[in-house]
Amino acid sequence: MTEALSLGFFQRALLAGVLLSVLCGILAVFVLLRRMAFIGVGISHSAFGGVALGLLLGLDPLWSGISFAVTVALLIEWARERGKLEEDAAIGILFASAMALGVLFLHLSGTYNVDVFGFLFGNILAVGRRQVVEIAVVTLGVLGVVAAFYKELVFLSFDEEMAWVSGVPVKALRYLFLVLLALVILMAMYLVGIILVSALLVIPGAIARNLSRHLTAMLWVSVGAAVCATLGGLFLSYYLDWPSGATVVLGLSLMFFLSQVSRSWFPPERD
Amino acid sequence: MTSYALEIRDLWVTFNHVPILEDINLSIQEHTCVGILGPNGAGKTTLLKVILGLIPPTRGEVLIFGEPPLVARRRGNLIGYLPQRPLSHPGFPVTVLDVVLMGRYGRLGLGRRVRREDREVALGQLRRLGILHLADRSIGEISGGEQQRVFIARALALKPRLLILDEPTISLDACSQDELYDIVRDLKEELGLTVIMVSHDIGAVATQVDDIICLNRRVHVHQPPPIGRLALENTFGCKVEYLFHGEIPHRVVKVHEGRDD
Repeated sequence: MTEALSLGFFQRALLAGVLLSVLCGILAVFVLLRRMAFIGVGISHSAFGGVALGLLLGLDPLWSGISFAVTVALLIEWARERGKLEEDAAIGILFASAMALGVLFLHLSGTYNVDVFGFLFGNILAVGRRQVVEIAVVTLGVLGVVAAFYKELVFLSFDEEMAWVSGVPVKALRYLFLVLLALVILMAMYLVGIILVSALLVIPGAIARNLSRHLTAMLWVSVGAAVCATLGGLFLSYYLDWPSGATVVLGLSLMFFLSQVSRSWFPPERD
Repeated sequence: MTSYALEIRDLWVTFNHVPILEDINLSIQEHTCVGILGPNGAGKTTLLKVILGLIPPTRGEVLIFGEPPLVARRRGNLIGYLPQRPLSHPGFPVTVLDVVLMGRYGRLGLGRRVRREDREVALGQLRRLGILHLADRSIGEISGGEQQRVFIARALALKPRLLILDEPTISLDACSQDELYDIVRDLKEELGLTVIMVSHDIGAVATQVDDIICLNRRVHVHQPPPIGRLALENTFGCKVEYLFHGEIPHRVVKVHEGRDD
């Protein structure tokens, strides 16, 4: 273990992984309670189109990716709000189109040396110093916003109409949450890949749902599960020489499976 | 001068050119308890949503204590509302106290934390409704009648002047229904509230309220205190059979001449 820890790239991977896990662990609870799992998956896959567009136009793929993901997120919300299209249909259409655009952009850019597989599963071991700083800034910013609007986000998840009636700016918060989600997804995707970020935004929340009965506990369990899976996955992948992103996702899936079993065998007690 | 809790003038609401509410004129005095009756599809919930500001009127004006719904909403302390199905996520991981505290959020404003004072107000409402012992239970694991009290406590937690109840007894057994009516009557007296109660249960409501508003796209007001089924049937003629016994509810929807759609 000390051998791995002494390596600069591994330290950075651990730091970035833990920061992302905390962030995703918290958002995952809201994603689960607001039944937005599919939106997370949709946005993360759409971001691929933005990254490819950046490569085509010679822009920083991080920023083109963020703007693309935010745009897709807002389009989904807009379509839903106008009632023109069911939300799941909107997501399904937009994310398939965005990924197809991504492949087309990559083709047109002629950069065949881009690692598409890397976008899907990421390569957290290749995280640089600058990216660790970026992820730390985003983590602080997003956590700050969530903390500031925590009670409203909870109310919104509990009962949107009632929240509106009570004077909560529901529409603004819906959009805000999507922007946060898009931002985190993009940050995370750059580091750990589309599949891993989709997993990190859903599975920790689902594990927490199985193991806890109050929201506060749920947030802790969710963050804990995400951090454990990330740390465990990174060490395991280092020693077994497995792909890191996939190992973390499998760790999360295993934890979810165990939590599901424990819930059916030991249902949460009433107090 | 009498002050009105609610004034509605010349209100029309249409969806896709189909009128849901037509030419509603209504004034509800402060400190009265009013029942809104009508068959399914009569526009009862739509009327409430217009009052709450959730649906903008196609035409006309709504004033709550003299203010438009959106201004009243921003004040956050005028209307307490009990929705028809208040618990949309039965397993949502919050306690009874958390739910009642949500009633305070609008007053608190964005980014402000719940203070001890808010907690005391919430606990006070739970005590008033006799469910203080449930404060730490999960909202999903208590009975329907208890949940209904929790959501009334939430509506009261913002210290409203107008209490709006949408089908408050719909999921309750007969015994809990009586309890609920008692609670509402006591609250009205104690807190000087104006109460608007929507129901399709004519028999029960008629004995509980000061005035009855019969709504079927248009409005018929019955004043003053409590009228029985007979009086109502006289006013409505034979239609009341369809209206309240619900055999073929859509039969009563009278198409009004001269509609410009």
